[in-house]
This record gives sequence, structure tokens and C-alpha cells, in this order.
Amino acid sequence: MASPKSSYGLAAKSLAVLRKDILSEYRTRYAINAILLFGVTTLTVVSFAVGQIGLPADVYAALFWIIIFFSAMSGLAQVFVKEEESKTAIILKLTADPTPVYWGKLIFNFLLLTLLEVIITPLYFVMTDVVLHNAALFFTVLILGSIGLAGATTLIAAIISRASIKGALFAVLSFPILLPLLIGAIGGTKKALGPVEAPFAAASSELQLLVSYAVVMITASVLLFEFVWEE
Amino acid sequence: MWWKIVLFVVMSWVIIAAFVYPAPQQGIGEASRIFYFHVPQAWVAVLAFVVSMIASVRYLRKGDLLDDDRARVAAELGFLFCLLATVTGAFFAKVTWNSFWNWDPRETSIFVLLLIYGAYFALRSAIDGAEKRARLASVYAIFAFITMPFLVFVVPRVLPSLHPSDSVVDSSGKITMSSTTALVFFPSLAAFTILFIWVYWLGLKISVGQRRAAEEAVR
Repeated sequence: MASPKSSYGLAAKSLAVLRKDILSEYRTRYAINAILLFGVTTLTVVSFAVGQIGLPADVYAALFWIIIFFSAMSGLAQVFVKEEESKTAIILKLTADPTPVYWGKLIFNFLLLTLLEVIITPLYFVMTDVVLHNAALFFTVLILGSIGLAGATTLIAAIISRASIKGALFAVLSFPILLPLLIGAIGGTKKALGPVEAPFAAASSELQLLVSYAVVMITASVLLFEFVWEE
Repeated sequence: MWWKIVLFVVMSWVIIAAFVYPAPQQGIGEASRIFYFHVPQAWVAVLAFVVSMIASVRYLRKGDLLDDDRARVAAELGFLFCLLATVTGAFFAKVTWNSFWNWDPRETSIFVLLLIYGAYFALRSAIDGAEKRARLASVYAIFAFITMPFLVFVVPRVLPSLHPSDSVVDSSGKITMSSTTALVFFPSLAAFTILFIWVYWLGLKISVGQRRAAEEAVR
């Protein structure tokens, strides 16, 4: 909700929060380092263990999302945890309304996840001998999955940044909430990796699941964020 | 007081009849008697989650710590019944499908409910300060509740199911249960619900008393 005293719109305020986060991330590179190194490490382990065996497409789809999920868990909480740790949360609360803060952080997390995928995805196909049969479906599922993943975990990140054991709690709280998304994303990726006739029609229920999940979780987060953010 | 006697009579009837009456599904055999206990337990686990969510919404609207107690007590009971439903379901799965666990959609959703309850308690124990704990836990309970429709209605369309889906109502909404089965099942459902309300009420009284004692000690 835009406060009446300010002349800027919601989009401009959200972008200001996003710009601030990108700038501070550019200076410290903490979240990027954590998420990328974790992603590459997990990918290496997976590739080393099963890369050349020639498993069915199902298994490769599941492994791909396991890499994305755990990498996301290692870095996406940082967006709120760093505000609490550096004691800047109070200043942000004084200068910005809750909703633009949420949107700014959500877009930041989505961009972070996209960066991870830009690096992990080509490496994944290089290091495992899996064939991509339908690139359009694969990237649609990947983008929708990332929106849902960022959308659901940003609110959880805000919750755990106020708790005492942050790292372990993030994955514990996120997993049950992300499970429907993971089921849909793994199912959709499976159909993109295998030789399926008319893949978009075959994956329609997965795509519907991913779209509705992202819309519902982001809407709920916007409504609930105020209660987490304000003292 | 009178309803405790009613509960005693109904619960005794359910326990006796569940073993004496003919088994509800002849095809599966004697093991299907667990249906009389497993389904009401799963029902209470979900009911407790709904109670917890409503209390959480009320807490966020009004800020009364009593509503936070309601949410917590309901979640604790829900966790217990969820555990019972999971264990009885796993035994039944071993008898009928020959494995304790096979990620059928309903097994998935009850397991996720168990994880949500676990995460809820982990979150509560990690926050200092009653008000902050109540607010963050309420937000998480509501947020987690919102994912349930996906697990209950959407995921079964994506994953194949082994669960008997026509034991109470069939796909057209007609009741398929035999009258003798209904004579045990519905009292069992009612008895488990009353049991939940009773223990919930006791738990609420204990937590209110504890908080009052803590306030006295501060003073």
C-alpha cells in the first residue's frame, strides 16, 4: 500500500529497494558467492556420482531440482538476514512501506535464482549426458518454478530473519510449503527431458499447478508480509 | 459432565463394534477395520490444522495472546493425531499394498502436514518474546495452510493414487458405505471430534493458567 505522503508509486519504491539490495550485494557478494558455490558443488557431486550412468529422464529431472532447491536454501534467506545482522532493518522500516520492501526483495531473490540457473543449467547438461528434447517447455517450467520458489521463500526468509537459529530453520520451514511446487516442477521437467509428443499439452496440469502456486503464494505473501515486518 | 459420559459410551461402542461387526471392505479383509480409527484420526489432524489457522487469523486481527494459545494447543493435538493417522495408514498400506510407504498423494499430503506441524514448533521454539513468537508463528500457520489445497486437490491429479477413493462417497457424491459400516464409522468420527474438543479445552486451560502464574511471578 502506497502511503499518501509520498509521491512515488509502488513500482518506483519497489525498484528503489531492489536497487539498494543489488548495490549492497555488488559490494559484498555474499549471497551470490554462497548460492553459486553451493550450486556448483552440488552439481559436481551429482555429476560425479551419476553423470555417465545413463539414468532415465525422471531421475535427471529430480536431481536438477534438488540442486536448485538446496542452492536456493543456501542463499535466498540472506536478503532479510543481512538486514537484521547489520542492524539496517530498523532504518529500512522507517524509510519504506512494507509492500515495496517485499516486492523489492522478491525481485532480488528472483534475479539471484535466475543467475544461479543461467550458470547451473548449461553445466548440468554438459556434466550429465542428458538430452534436452523440448527446450521451450524446459525453460517455461524453469521460469515459472523460479517465480514460485522466490515467491514462497521470500516471506519465509523474512520470518526466519527474526528467529535465533536462522540457517537450519529456513530449509525446515520452506520444504513443506515448496513441496507442491517441486512436484509440479519435477513433473514438468521430466516431460521436457523425455521424448514426449505435444509436450505443452502433456504438461498442462503441471503448468497450471506452477502458475496458480506462484499467484497464490505471492498474493498471500503480500498480505501477510506487513505482520512479519512491522515491530 | 454429561457429554463425558456420552463420549465414554460412544467410544466404547466404537471400539467394540469395530472388532465385532463385519469388516467394512470385504475385498481387503480384516485389516480394513483400521478404517474406523484411521479416517477419524486423519480428520481430526486436519480439523486441528483448521482450528489453528482460524486462531492465527484472529491473533493477527486482534492481538490477543489467548488466540495464540488456541493456535498452539490445536497444533499440538493436530500433530499427535497426524502422527497416529500416519502410523495406522502405514500399517494398512503394508497389509494391502505390501509396503509401508509409497508416496501416494494422500500419504504425501499427510506427511507434509506432519512436516508443517514440526516446522511450526521449530519456529516457535526459536523466537524469544511472546508477542513476536505469536505473530511470526501465526503468519507461518496461515501461509502453510494456503498450500493445503494444492496438496489435496491438485497433486492427486499429477500423481497416481492407490488410496481407496470410493469407501465413503464415490465420484458422483453418492454415499457408498454400507449401513452397518456407517453405524460404526459416524459414531467414531463424532467420538474422535469430541475427544479432540475435550483435550483441546484442557490444554487451553493449562496454558492460560501457566501464563497467569508467570505473570504473577513477575509481579
